Amino acid sequence: MRVVVVGAGIVGAAVARELAGAGVTVTVLDRAASAGGTSAAGEGNLLVSDKGPGPELVLAQRSLTLWQSLRDELPDFPSVEYEAKGGLVVATTTAGAAGLRRFAESQRGAGVLAEEVDPHDLEPDLTRDYTAAFHYPQDAQVQPAIATEALLAAARRRGAEVRQGVEVLGPISLHGRLAGVRTSAGDLHADHVVVAAGPWSGEVSSRLGVMLPVRPRRGTILVTTRMPQRIRHKVYDADYVGAVGSDDAALQTSSVVESTASGTVLIGSSRERRGFDGRIEARVLSALAAKAMVLFPFLADVAVMRAYGGFRPYVPDHLPVIGPDPRLAGLWHATGHEGAGIVLSAATAELLADLLLGRETHVPSSPFAVERPTLASHLASSV
Amino acid sequence: MPEVLIIGAGPAGLAAATAARRAGARVVVLDAAEDVGGQYWRHLPQQRPAGREEVLHHGWERFTGLRRELTGVEIVTGAQVWLAERHDGRPPTVHILVGPADGADRVRRVFDPGALVLATGAYERTLPFPGWDLPGVFTAGAAQALAKSERVAVGRRVLVAGAGPFLLPVASSLIRTGARVVGVLEAGGWSRLGRAWTARPTELLSASHKAGELAGYARDLVRHRVPYRVATGVIAAHGHDRVEEVTVARLDAQWAPVPGTSRRVAVDAVCVGHGFVPRSELAVAAGCQTGPDGTVVVDADCRSSVPGVFAAGEITGIGGADLALAEGTIAGTVAAGAAPTSAQRRDVLVYQRFATRLSDGHGIRPGWAEWLADDTLICRCEEVTAGELRDIAAATGSRGLRSLKLSTRAGLGVCQGRVCGRSVEELLDRTTGGLLDPGRTANRPLAGLVRLGELARTQGDPS
Amino acid sequence: MTTTGPARLEAADDPVSPGPTSEIAIVVDGSEIRGLAGQTIAGVLLAAGRQSWRTTARQGRPRGVFCGIGVCFDCLVTVNGLRDVRACQRHAADGDEVSTDA
Repeated sequence: MRVVVVGAGIVGAAVARELAGAGVTVTVLDRAASAGGTSAAGEGNLLVSDKGPGPELVLAQRSLTLWQSLRDELPDFPSVEYEAKGGLVVATTTAGAAGLRRFAESQRGAGVLAEEVDPHDLEPDLTRDYTAAFHYPQDAQVQPAIATEALLAAARRRGAEVRQGVEVLGPISLHGRLAGVRTSAGDLHADHVVVAAGPWSGEVSSRLGVMLPVRPRRGTILVTTRMPQRIRHKVYDADYVGAVGSDDAALQTSSVVESTASGTVLIGSSRERRGFDGRIEARVLSALAAKAMVLFPFLADVAVMRAYGGFRPYVPDHLPVIGPDPRLAGLWHATGHEGAGIVLSAATAELLADLLLGRETHVPSSPFAVERPTLASHLASSV
Repeated sequence: MPEVLIIGAGPAGLAAATAARRAGARVVVLDAAEDVGGQYWRHLPQQRPAGREEVLHHGWERFTGLRRELTGVEIVTGAQVWLAERHDGRPPTVHILVGPADGADRVRRVFDPGALVLATGAYERTLPFPGWDLPGVFTAGAAQALAKSERVAVGRRVLVAGAGPFLLPVASSLIRTGARVVGVLEAGGWSRLGRAWTARPTELLSASHKAGELAGYARDLVRHRVPYRVATGVIAAHGHDRVEEVTVARLDAQWAPVPGTSRRVAVDAVCVGHGFVPRSELAVAAGCQTGPDGTVVVDADCRSSVPGVFAAGEITGIGGADLALAEGTIAGTVAAGAAPTSAQRRDVLVYQRFATRLSDGHGIRPGWAEWLADDTLICRCEEVTAGELRDIAAATGSRGLRSLKLSTRAGLGVCQGRVCGRSVEELLDRTTGGLLDPGRTANRPLAGLVRLGELARTQGDPS
Repeated sequence: MTTTGPARLEAADDPVSPGPTSEIAIVVDGSEIRGLAGQTIAGVLLAAGRQSWRTTARQGRPRGVFCGIGVCFDCLVTVNGLRDVRACQRHAADGDEVSTDA
C-alpha cells in the first residue's frame, strides 16, 4: 500500500511514522521545510489540565501514554527535551477559583490527576494574590520542532521518504476516487492521501476537491533571556481554560508561563482570529506581559528578547478531524488540533492508522469523523 | 506627530534630518546612543569633550556643520526602537523606550509618522574561527568604537585582520590610542583588489577624496612601520582565558588557508572584521522588501517598497559615509515632499560606483569554512559548534532554517543571530543542499531587549 | 600599570586632547573601580585592564567586549540588581553596583 502524507509538521510526522511501521510505503510532502509551520511556533504542550471531559481528553490521555515510549525512541538524536514537569493552574479571582474547582472536579471524574495545593510549595515566586491553585502532575512538555524532526527521522528509519519543498497542486483521480496528487515535482500515485497540513489543510483539501473548514487562529509567544531557573512547572492562569474553547474572534490572552531547558522563559498565549496575518502587535505583547506579571511579579525586570507567532489549525466545533473523507474515497484528514497538536499527534497517528488499516481503534473514532453532526452544517454551507 | 521620523543619527540620518528640515518638514530623529553621530562619527562624550576630535575623524567638519543645522529638529537620544508595527500601505507605528541602555524604567513613546526614514546603518560581520570567543578577540568595530568614545586601546600589541578598507582607519585609530599594531591582514588577494581598485580610473577620480582618505590611513601604517599583507588572515586564536597568540596563514583566492603557510604571532588583542551586515530588522518588520544580501531595496528616491518608508545609508548597501550622506539627503528631501537637485542625485551615483568596487574587491569568499574545526563555536551566545550544526542537520534531514535553529539552538541566544546569523545560514545551506527558507535570521520582530514591566505599562496614545 | 591588555590613553599623551572631567567610582563584584564621567561600564572595566567579566552558561568560558557597539550581548552585566545590561552601551553612573556572576 502507498500513502502520501501532506504536511511535515508534527501530525504528518507522527502519521508517517505510524504507517511506515505497519509496512506502508509512505511519502511525506511539504511545500516548505519540515517543522516550519505551526509545529515550530508553539510551546510544546503535552497537557491534560486544560481539557474537560470528552473525546479530546480521551485522545490526550492516550497520547500521553504513547509519548512515554516515543520520547526515547531515538537515542542518537538531539533531545526532544521531554519533561514531565507537571502543570499548575492558578485562579486569581473568587469566581475563577470556583470555576477552577468545578472544572478540576469534572476532570478527576475522567481520570485526570488534579490536586488543590498551596502553590508556593511548588512555585515559591508565584503571586501571593491567588484564590485557588491545582497541580496537574500528568502535564508534560517537549521541544516541538525537535519532536517533529524526531518523528520524521523515525518514519525515515522505517522506510518513509520525506520530500521538502514539494507542493501539492491538485488531485489524481481514478474511477471517482483519489489516486494520488499532482505536485510541483511531478505526479505521485498513492492508494490514500492524508492531509495533515495544520491550518493550511483547508487550502490543500480544496486543491484536492473538497472543502474543509480549517482556519488559522493566531497565537503569539514572548521569549525572555536566559536566567537561573525560578519557574519549575507549566504555570497558567485559569482563564486559559476558557480561552481554548472560545469562539470569540477578538484578542484573548491568558497567561501560560514556563521555563525551557535552555533557561529562557516562554510567555504565552494569545488567541486571535484574523486569517494568516502574521504581524506582531504591541497591544498583544503588552497584554501578554501584564498577565504574566500577575502570576509572577518578579518577571517585571526580566528582559524579553524575542516575540514570535504562529497559526493554530482551528475547526468550528473545536475538535480535531481524523479519518476518511466520505465525500472523496482515498482522502483522509488529520488536522484541526488547534493548540494541542503536539500532544495529540501521537494518538491521532495511531487512530488514523487503525482506521486506514482496518484495525480496531484504541479510542472511539466517531467524535473526530468528518461526518460528525457538529461539523455537518459547516461542510454543507460552504462548498 | 512628526511629518518625518528618522531612525538613526549617523551620516545618513543626519543628512536626512537636515534635508527634511530645509524642505520645511517637522522632523524627529531617534538614536539609541547618548549623542548623535552614529558609529562613523562616534566621539568622546559631552562630559569629556575633545579639543581635537578631528585627529580621529575624516570629515569631522562635515559633522559639526550638520549638527549646527539640526536646530528645530527634535533629537531623541537614548531611544531604543523596539517595535515597528507594520501597516498596509503606510509607514509602521514606531514604538520606543527612552532612557539608560537596557534600563527597566524607560519612558515609552509611540510615533505614527507621515514618512519614515530608516538610517539604521550596519554592524560588522566577523567570520568565526577557532578561538574567536576568547577575551581579547574583538571586532574591528569594537576597537574603533572604544578608541573613539573611550580613548581605550583594546590591547598593547594588536593585530588587525579581515577584509575591506575599514581595517585601515581601525589600525590608524589604534595607533593614535597608544597601541602597537603588529600588522594589518587583508583576506583579499592583489588580483581581486587590483581589479577592483584600478579598472575604470575615472570612476575613482570622481570620488577622489575617498581614495585620499584611504591614502591617509595608509600613510599612518607606513610611518609606524605596520606591515600590510594581502591574501592573509587570522585562522585561529590561542590562549587559556585570553588571547595570547594567533595563527596567521596565507589564503587562496577563495579564502581557504594555504597549507604550510601558517605561523603564530604573539598578541594581546586581535581585531577582526570581514565586512558589514545591514541593520535591517526594522525595515523587515515594516514590511520593506530586502535583497538576497539583506539590504533594503530602494529606488532612486530612496523609497522602499512600503509607501512612505525610505531607507538611506548602509542598510541599502554597504557604501561608506559619503554615500550615506548623499542618500540621506535624497531620502530626507523626498520624505518631506520636495525634489532633490540633479547634483544631489549625481553624488549618489558616484559613490555607489565606488561602493560596488569595494564589494567586488573585498567581498567574503566561501573558503572561510575551511579554517573551522569541529569544536569551533559558530553561535557565540548558545555555544553551538560547527560540528553540532553539521551533525544535527544530518540527523534531522531538515532543509528549514527555522527548524534547524530550534534543533541546534544556533541564533536563538540573546543576540538573536545578529553575530552568527549569516554564517549559520551559509554553513547550513551547504550542509543541507540548500535551505528552503533562507534569510530568516534577519527576521527579528523585537528590535531590542524590553523588560516585561516596560511592555506591560499602558502604551498611551501615539504622540 | 600592566604592560599587556587593554588600557586607556592618558589625557596628557592624547593627540585628541580630551577635556577635563570628573572621576566616578563603580563597585564591581564588591571592589571599587574608578573611571571618568561619560565612560561606559565596559570602558571603565577595560581601562582598568579587565578583558573579561562574564562566564558563559554552557561551557563556563570567559567573555568580555566583542562588538563594542551593542550588537553581540557578550558584555552583559547586572547593574544595581538588574540583569542583562550591555556594559558597552550603559554609561557608568557614580556608585553603580555591578555584578558579573549572573
